[in-house]
Amino acid sequence: MPPFLYIFLGALAVVSALGVIMQRNPIHSLLALIGTLMTVAILFIGEDAVVVGFLQIIVYAGAIMILFLFVIWLLNLQVEAGPTGHLALKFFGSIGAALLVAELCLILAPPHLLVKFTHEPAGYGSLASLAAKLFTDYLVAFEVTSILLLAAVVGSVALARRLPVVFEEQPRAVEQPRVVEQPRVVEKIAS
Amino acid sequence: MTIELIAGAIKAILMIVIGLNLSLFLLYFERKGSALIQDRIGSNRVTITGLGKRMGMPNLGIINTTIADPVKMFTKEDFVPAGADKFLHTLAPFLALFPVMITFVVIPFGDQIMIHGHRIGLEATNLNAGALYLLATIGLGVYGVALAGWSSNNRWALLGGIRATAQMISYELAMGLAIVSVIMTFGTLNLQEIVRGQGGVWFGFLPRWGIFVQPLAFILLLVAGAAESKRIPFDLPESDSELIQGYFTEYSGGKQAVFMLTDFAEQALVAMLLTTFFLGGWQVPWLMRDGFHLPGGAFLAVPALAVSILGVIAFLVKVVALCIFLGLVRWTLPRFRYDQLMRLGWKGLVPLGLFNVLITAFVVVATGRVQ
Repeated sequence: MPPFLYIFLGALAVVSALGVIMQRNPIHSLLALIGTLMTVAILFIGEDAVVVGFLQIIVYAGAIMILFLFVIWLLNLQVEAGPTGHLALKFFGSIGAALLVAELCLILAPPHLLVKFTHEPAGYGSLASLAAKLFTDYLVAFEVTSILLLAAVVGSVALARRLPVVFEEQPRAVEQPRVVEQPRVVEKIAS
Repeated sequence: MTIELIAGAIKAILMIVIGLNLSLFLLYFERKGSALIQDRIGSNRVTITGLGKRMGMPNLGIINTTIADPVKMFTKEDFVPAGADKFLHTLAPFLALFPVMITFVVIPFGDQIMIHGHRIGLEATNLNAGALYLLATIGLGVYGVALAGWSSNNRWALLGGIRATAQMISYELAMGLAIVSVIMTFGTLNLQEIVRGQGGVWFGFLPRWGIFVQPLAFILLLVAGAAESKRIPFDLPESDSELIQGYFTEYSGGKQAVFMLTDFAEQALVAMLLTTFFLGGWQVPWLMRDGFHLPGGAFLAVPALAVSILGVIAFLVKVVALCIFLGLVRWTLPRFRYDQLMRLGWKGLVPLGLFNVLITAFVVVATGRVQ
């Protein structure tokens, strides 16, 4: 992947990530989040982690974000008003946020930013190599995870299942004679 | 290098053009074909010069459906309802169309041609993870519809959007399972390789098409694909007797045309997927790279270029035939009820798909085709 494309996609990912927290409307935030996930997925694909990239789109952008959308709809989240509260609160809040950002910048400072570029062997990140690793070296972890997920699915189905309504035998009341409804007399309207 | 680059651009444009033209054909078939099925006359008025009419030729309604209708659509007022989210209301149709259009590029429409010693494969991109790409882009199609329903500020539209979302994510699962069993059968995610794997014959006469190996997966993909493209009998999201027009109730003019185009393009895409996975893609029965090897042992030599062109024609014929079949289904069956739809998806197709994957896995291991 050429560097300019990498930088462009990275910038796009950061901008859409900012959009997630800066939008007032929850649906717009969700769209920005999808944008972030998509750009990161394209970065993965560009860096030869093809399977991870596509799985990110299928699982996160395609399925989990739809769940988010449903939750937003079901909770009927509305457009948020601006920050409320005393002016002093906002002032000190801003200072605290700025301090946190400064701390983050210090932690992530130079030695970590110097990423070494290495060339991976051909076929790295392809489905074949991933599957070979997954089904040999990490087989136990893979199977345990899948059983865990299966248990979670069964559990959620069991929780969501409607229990059959049990009718208790009621002492039968004395049968009432059925009230025969009188046929309504249609009044004739003189025309 | 340059030849490959130019060829790549031409192929990408060609694939989009094929998709759009198939949509146009489906639009025509929707009007005149439905008239034929229902014993009506259908559109038969508009002519450009009136020459054909004076010569006594019947008007087939081609100008009506393919020129007059779209022009009418695009010159109508483009209306955004009060209280709608204007940005999303405008974005939604394109968000619906875009994933379908970019999915066309991985479909192989022919074998290969040689230009000046360069081998040019007849597919817009030869992606190694083609099947994954396909699942990813099809999954993104939900957003356009869901957001169209939400942003219109209309309850019918919102109901349609919610129905569409639930339906599409339910049937995506069955679709994925059908594709997985095909991938296991051919051992590759590359669509061109899958089509190549369907060349040759069994028992001397039966083409090695996917439908003969995976008949159940074919039916699964057919049903799930029809549901994904939201056509009758799966048109719950836009069921016009209950929801006016469903998720695009509040759309007019060009944007509505884009939604209709999306529906037709999705139908064309489903036909292409079925062709690629199950009907041998561009494979012509008994045609190898050097010519026809007929079942009786007869041999008919065909030049290489003609073989490629025959392949492209075969692909198009199969796709159009499947499109017509989907259209027939659309005008024959009544609409499902919503609970029937969900029951069919989750209790019918998904278990069948899982069963099919299981059987396929057993067969693949038993025949020792695992590397």
